[in-house]
Amino acid sequence: MALQTKINDFLNGNENGMVAEASEYTAKDFSSDQDVRWCPGCGDYTILKQAQNVMPELGMPKENIVFISGIGCAARFPYYMDTFGMHSIHGRAPAIATGLKVSRPDLSVWIITGDGDSLSIGANHFVQLLRRNVNVNLMLFNNQIYGLTKGQYSPTAPEGTISKSTPFGSLDHPFNPLALSLGAEGSFVARAMDRDPKHLKEMLLRTHQHKGTSMLEIYQNCIVFNDGAFELFTDKKSRPRETIYLEQGEPLIFGADKDKGVRLDGLQPEVVELNGKYSKEDLWVHDEQDSTKAHLLSRFFEHPAKGSGLLFPRPFGVLYAVERPCYDDMVVAQNQHAMEMKGEPDLDALLRGPETWEVK
Amino acid sequence: MSITDQVREEVTIRFAGDSGDGMQLTGLLFTNTTALIGNDLRTLPEFPAEIRAPAGTVPGVSSFQLHFGSKEIMTPGDDCDVLVAMNSAALKANLSLLRKGGVIIVNTAGFDKKNLNLAKYAENPLQDGSLTDYTVFEIDVTKFTKESLADMNLSYKEEDRSKNMFVLGLLCWMYNRSLDSTITFLQTKFAKKPEIGEANVKVLKAGYHFGETAEVFTSRYTIKEASLEPGTYRSTIGNDATVLGLVAAARQSNLPLFLGSYPITPASDVLHGLSKYKHFGITTFQAEDEIAAVSSAIGAAYGGSLGVTSSSGPGVVLKGEAIGLAVMLELPLVILNIQRAGPSTGMPTKIEQSDLMQAVYGRNGESPVAIVAPRSPADCFDMAFEACRISLEHMIPVLYLSDGYLANGSEPWKFPQTDDLKKINVRFEKPRKGSNEPFLPYLRDERHVRSWAIPGTAGIEHRIGGLEKEDETGNISYEPENHQKMVKLRKAKLHKIADHIPLQDVDQGSEKGDIAILGWGSTYGAIRTAVFALRKEGYDVSHIHLRYISPSPKNLEELLRNYDQVIVPELNDGQLVRLIRDEFLIPAKPINKIKGSPFGVEELKQEILNVIRTQTLAQEL
Repeated sequence: MALQTKINDFLNGNENGMVAEASEYTAKDFSSDQDVRWCPGCGDYTILKQAQNVMPELGMPKENIVFISGIGCAARFPYYMDTFGMHSIHGRAPAIATGLKVSRPDLSVWIITGDGDSLSIGANHFVQLLRRNVNVNLMLFNNQIYGLTKGQYSPTAPEGTISKSTPFGSLDHPFNPLALSLGAEGSFVARAMDRDPKHLKEMLLRTHQHKGTSMLEIYQNCIVFNDGAFELFTDKKSRPRETIYLEQGEPLIFGADKDKGVRLDGLQPEVVELNGKYSKEDLWVHDEQDSTKAHLLSRFFEHPAKGSGLLFPRPFGVLYAVERPCYDDMVVAQNQHAMEMKGEPDLDALLRGPETWEVK
Repeated sequence: MSITDQVREEVTIRFAGDSGDGMQLTGLLFTNTTALIGNDLRTLPEFPAEIRAPAGTVPGVSSFQLHFGSKEIMTPGDDCDVLVAMNSAALKANLSLLRKGGVIIVNTAGFDKKNLNLAKYAENPLQDGSLTDYTVFEIDVTKFTKESLADMNLSYKEEDRSKNMFVLGLLCWMYNRSLDSTITFLQTKFAKKPEIGEANVKVLKAGYHFGETAEVFTSRYTIKEASLEPGTYRSTIGNDATVLGLVAAARQSNLPLFLGSYPITPASDVLHGLSKYKHFGITTFQAEDEIAAVSSAIGAAYGGSLGVTSSSGPGVVLKGEAIGLAVMLELPLVILNIQRAGPSTGMPTKIEQSDLMQAVYGRNGESPVAIVAPRSPADCFDMAFEACRISLEHMIPVLYLSDGYLANGSEPWKFPQTDDLKKINVRFEKPRKGSNEPFLPYLRDERHVRSWAIPGTAGIEHRIGGLEKEDETGNISYEPENHQKMVKLRKAKLHKIADHIPLQDVDQGSEKGDIAILGWGSTYGAIRTAVFALRKEGYDVSHIHLRYISPSPKNLEELLRNYDQVIVPELNDGQLVRLIRDEFLIPAKPINKIKGSPFGVEELKQEILNVIRTQTLAQEL
């Protein structure tokens, strides 16, 4: 007994209105008529491109896709997507998306945000979104700098960052976005980078497929104010040594010659060389559903590796993905339950209230 | 001793006790029985901001004032005729509100050494002769309550908790009221704990019989039915009526309603109330903060819901940026501000109407919103409904300014039927099939209103945002000419609403004359009663009360110019008066009270007379 409202009536009456079958879309269909205005060479371009590339694979009519952004360079993103979109206010996109998704569960809602937007001014909404597990996708463009305001350090900038507002070096300890997300009970936590578009596209698809809040951190290079911040991981030469790509059920192997791995000594991860003493069988096997391992992975770069003296590689891919009830589903179920319990709403009875009297 | 029956035209009773003594419930139940016998009435609850201030102390006193009568009652009464004091602190805190010659009913158990010390009384006021101006009835309510429950095997705490029912029973006897509706209430409330329900009923009856048999009282009072407009009535408090207004608007627009809210005094009851009506297609979301509350409502409005957020002044100020976003997006959004005394945290449970300037100007940039304000608890229904109607039909945020006095005050309400309610016309942009014409999200109709283009509608995919946009296309634009045009358009859209609201009427008095008293919001009852009295004394005074503040009714300026003098009484330091002077260049005079309490009728009458005298004097000189 669903309560018929204008939205339902309206949308149900619109089924023939679809311009194209979802399967017929190409990436071009998702490119709006607006000129893209990021700095030449900005990491945002490849992220936009991959988002447009992945959209046809969602199998959704494009009128059902909504991008909501806050403030920052990345927040212009919705203007360039030919879907529904809102460029909102600083830090509040998760709250706006929550209201939209809860009231319109039929939509695929994407949040575009950055390290300043989500980890500074909007940090509260960011963690609340994750704990509620609203079924939306969040793309966190992390460039460790404030770009739009022209170069102040951000909440993910390493200690000692020299920036316009910190000429003597920043003093505050940075956030670790993945550890924060896991701490906030995030059900899907992943990392990608602008310089590996193929993997990025794969992660965007995973983000869409996961039911619940999908948090995808994307290392994004700010060519003007923080160029090379992630060079160690993005540079083709150092990447094999410095990164590890996580695959479900696969051992943690990295290195140009696949000659290094990570093993667990109890709860202590260590980097080992696969040269006799240790083989593939001794290594940590990735399990997305293991929250303890996900926590360890999220903190790889905070601690020096034990054992060989080698540094931990930076993990990319899905650190954690589990199913747990989504807030929007539960809201719908509770409203439905109330309707079943209380029956057809009767406004006149409600207006009358429990007691009345007559004046003649 | 014989008991005489006396008829009274109006009575004001104040129930006062420790905040744990259940005085609010006692007052509400007495109000219900009073409404049911057809008296007109107004109430004013007052409670401490602390949930449980130290028991027995003056800051811990909670009180409830009820003014009822057979004539028109528009205020909770200035001075009270009867004061019920459950302990020493309650007497101390409220004695100044009792008229000379009034009746005091005290629970003597609350006047032991410990209670007197807590209330900081050096001497027992019941014994030191300080109450000779009053008629005092000393009753050991605590003892009688325990005695009437002797056979029930309840704990000390459970027994003590029902002592308020003794007082209620006694007053029901004094004022010739049936206990029936109270008994029904108690049985329903304690359905799961029938022995507690039974205990309360027992104590209630004991109080009633005490009046009859104790030979303490010499009089009972009858207050005849008031001559209200014929019809079916119920009792309502403002926040409940607000909730019903929202539910009705959702129904009349056939939209789901989404409330994003964060708890705050005195607005939380709107969240509580709406959360009970999920079967009406209402979703309530208790957000992490005020900003998320309004932002989620904007998200829901973007998706085609009736988006509402409720708060009080300190919360609304946090919502400012997001309200500006809704202005810029041109989405419907209803913001309920149940005002309280400010600035900052101010006095959360005290009454003030000092957020009008905040509503009009409290955002960055030129950011026009519509503003409405209910004038009485029952009017909260109509104006909450109107806030939704204006917002939805004109695609504009609407601020609704209630206050703590309306929120918690009650009055008889001749409630409407669904058939009497207006239809709210909502127009969603239609889908487009294979059209090459670009969709223009900011194309406007003759009222300057854009269409509501909700996600899920094929062929009209588009982007909106907080950046300045080009007229019609909605594309980002920093063009100087365009910005000025858009600022003017958003304002013109607000002004066009004036074509769709009622003209301003004169509540009392003539349409031109010496003096107009111009009010807004919860001061309605006090102004109406004061003006009535002044007119009786021969003054040419009229009362005009604004419910639509922005835009104001089209005839307001012309109407105000019909009077030699315009006086604006407000519970703030002069806000509407400034708007009137600013907009119309009319030299309106303020009357201001900023004490956290409403105008008393006599007080307001004197203030009006002062302004009149000063003016007359100035003219003579």
